[in-house]
Amino acid sequence: MVILFQTKPSLLAGGVVAGPLENRSVFSQYFDSVYDDERWQMKTNEQGHRKMIEEACEYAMKKMGVQKGDIDYLMGGDLVNQMTPTNFAARDLEIPFIGLFSACATSVSSVIIACLLTELGAANFSLAGASSQHNAIERQFRYPINYGAQKPQTAQWTVTAAGYALIGKHREEYPSIEAATIGKSVDYGMDDPFHMGAAMAPAAFQTIQSHLQQRNQKIYHYDLILTGDLGQLGLKLLKGMLVENGVKNEELTLLRDAGAEFYGQDEAFQSGASGAGCSAAVFFSYVIQQMRAGSYKRVLLVATGALLSPLSYQQGETIPCTAHAIEITMK
Amino acid sequence: MVMTFIFAFIVGGIICVIGQLLMDVGNLTPAHTLSTLVVVGAILDGMGLYEPLINFAGAGATVPITSFGNSLTHGALAEAEKHGLVGVLTGMFEVTSSGISAAIVFGFIGALIFRPKGNID
Amino acid sequence: MEKEQYQQLEQNVTPKPPYLKNVAKAFFVGGFICAIGQAVSLFYIIFFNFTEATAGNPTVATVVFFSMILTGLGLYKRIGQFAGAGSAVPVTGFGNAVVSAAIEHRSEGLVLGVGGNLFKLAGSVVLFGVVSAFFVALIKYILVTIGVVSW
Repeated sequence: MVILFQTKPSLLAGGVVAGPLENRSVFSQYFDSVYDDERWQMKTNEQGHRKMIEEACEYAMKKMGVQKGDIDYLMGGDLVNQMTPTNFAARDLEIPFIGLFSACATSVSSVIIACLLTELGAANFSLAGASSQHNAIERQFRYPINYGAQKPQTAQWTVTAAGYALIGKHREEYPSIEAATIGKSVDYGMDDPFHMGAAMAPAAFQTIQSHLQQRNQKIYHYDLILTGDLGQLGLKLLKGMLVENGVKNEELTLLRDAGAEFYGQDEAFQSGASGAGCSAAVFFSYVIQQMRAGSYKRVLLVATGALLSPLSYQQGETIPCTAHAIEITMK
Repeated sequence: MVMTFIFAFIVGGIICVIGQLLMDVGNLTPAHTLSTLVVVGAILDGMGLYEPLINFAGAGATVPITSFGNSLTHGALAEAEKHGLVGVLTGMFEVTSSGISAAIVFGFIGALIFRPKGNID
Repeated sequence: MEKEQYQQLEQNVTPKPPYLKNVAKAFFVGGFICAIGQAVSLFYIIFFNFTEATAGNPTVATVVFFSMILTGLGLYKRIGQFAGAGSAVPVTGFGNAVVSAAIEHRSEGLVLGVGGNLFKLAGSVVLFGVVSAFFVALIKYILVTIGVVSW
């Protein structure tokens, strides 16, 4: 089933804050702030992570002239155990809060929930988004930062960024959400945490296919379909699956991936960027600004997430993934 | 003199190549690869083959992690020869302590001095 | 698309590791590190009256010290990305595993953080080294006692 938003809640503003390495991103010009200390002058990475989330929310609120007291709900998550950076940021923001874990797909799943609350009439303003901090997450999911492991070409770099969107009742001049699809947890037997793209592509495929089918649309109905962080290889795999499903090659140019493009052609980042902050940073800065400038009229944002833990990997499990989609239109 | 350096370089290089193949072709994680090499070192010393390698290649055999397995086994065998079965347990760390002690001590000192930095190059 | 079909597609699209390049890099960096170790050994033999046999101990300790500095400065991971097994297999890799875990977990304090996580990555080497040494020595002891081999 696809979710149809009759009242079309609007993406009123986006706040995106990133770390020093993200200065090398091709999207950095769209971010609100690129900080020069990856720990935001705090003692631990996790504290810096929290500060980054707070700042992203502040930027989003400031752009519409609202205060934290005006916000009805905060929806968000990150990749750290029990999402403590987001929980602690919620403590400081003092907004009614539900933490969501969809791994790197949290940017879209939080927007979907915020839109549902807005559609219900239960919320005037909500903040929805996601974030990731490279050091905090590498240490948890892979190796200590200074460990000399050799990463393969299929690996992706977890970005340090937080992106939060201010969602509110429909306004004409703002990008608005018409429909959404909540993805299933899809597992095609991939088990390599250094090759997430391969694990996530089937989930993206399923969600895109389901959304298009339910909406009676084809790819060419959109100006842009942007996935979160499949990376260069994951994007190739997704395109391969779509072609096998009858999609023409010309239509595939409308399909892009935020993670694959994030750091440009820099080989040091292997297959591209990933992390909950990757899709959030690109969706809530670049996409919103481009839509308001008139470059895109109808966009499908598909955030992808890998639902594994370090334990599940050590126990020999495969990696189930999910993808959530929102359809955004602009007058 | 020069030959010792050359042999050290070559033998050390070859052991690393074996490790690289275990990781790339065998798809083993670094931890699995190193554990395998340590066990190989232990077995080679049990067969009396590692000491001659050290005589031939010097640091090319003592620096790779295989030498850990060698010295642990060597210590155990030396003690077992002198004191019987109990020597198998008591002798192990007599010879190897430097590598592990150094790692622990410098790990501690390193933790006091350094902070992790997420740079890429 | 069916699972098997997708796994086939994945195999086709995913690039294989550059085997030859990786092996060459591992050989040269690993050999180089061992050559440095040889130089350190000679230093101890000449200046500190160690013998060929006993120089191994201070050499390993010194080499681990170097890896601590390189790890702390964030340089070892770049060597590791380049050399793979060339930096992981020498005992410098062991030092790197211990030191990087120690540095990482400093934020949880010296007792629970550093103490509790010091051997997170390197523990398997110690475990398997000790266990295999135990069994090899045990087997040899039994063989000697039966009279099949001699010490």
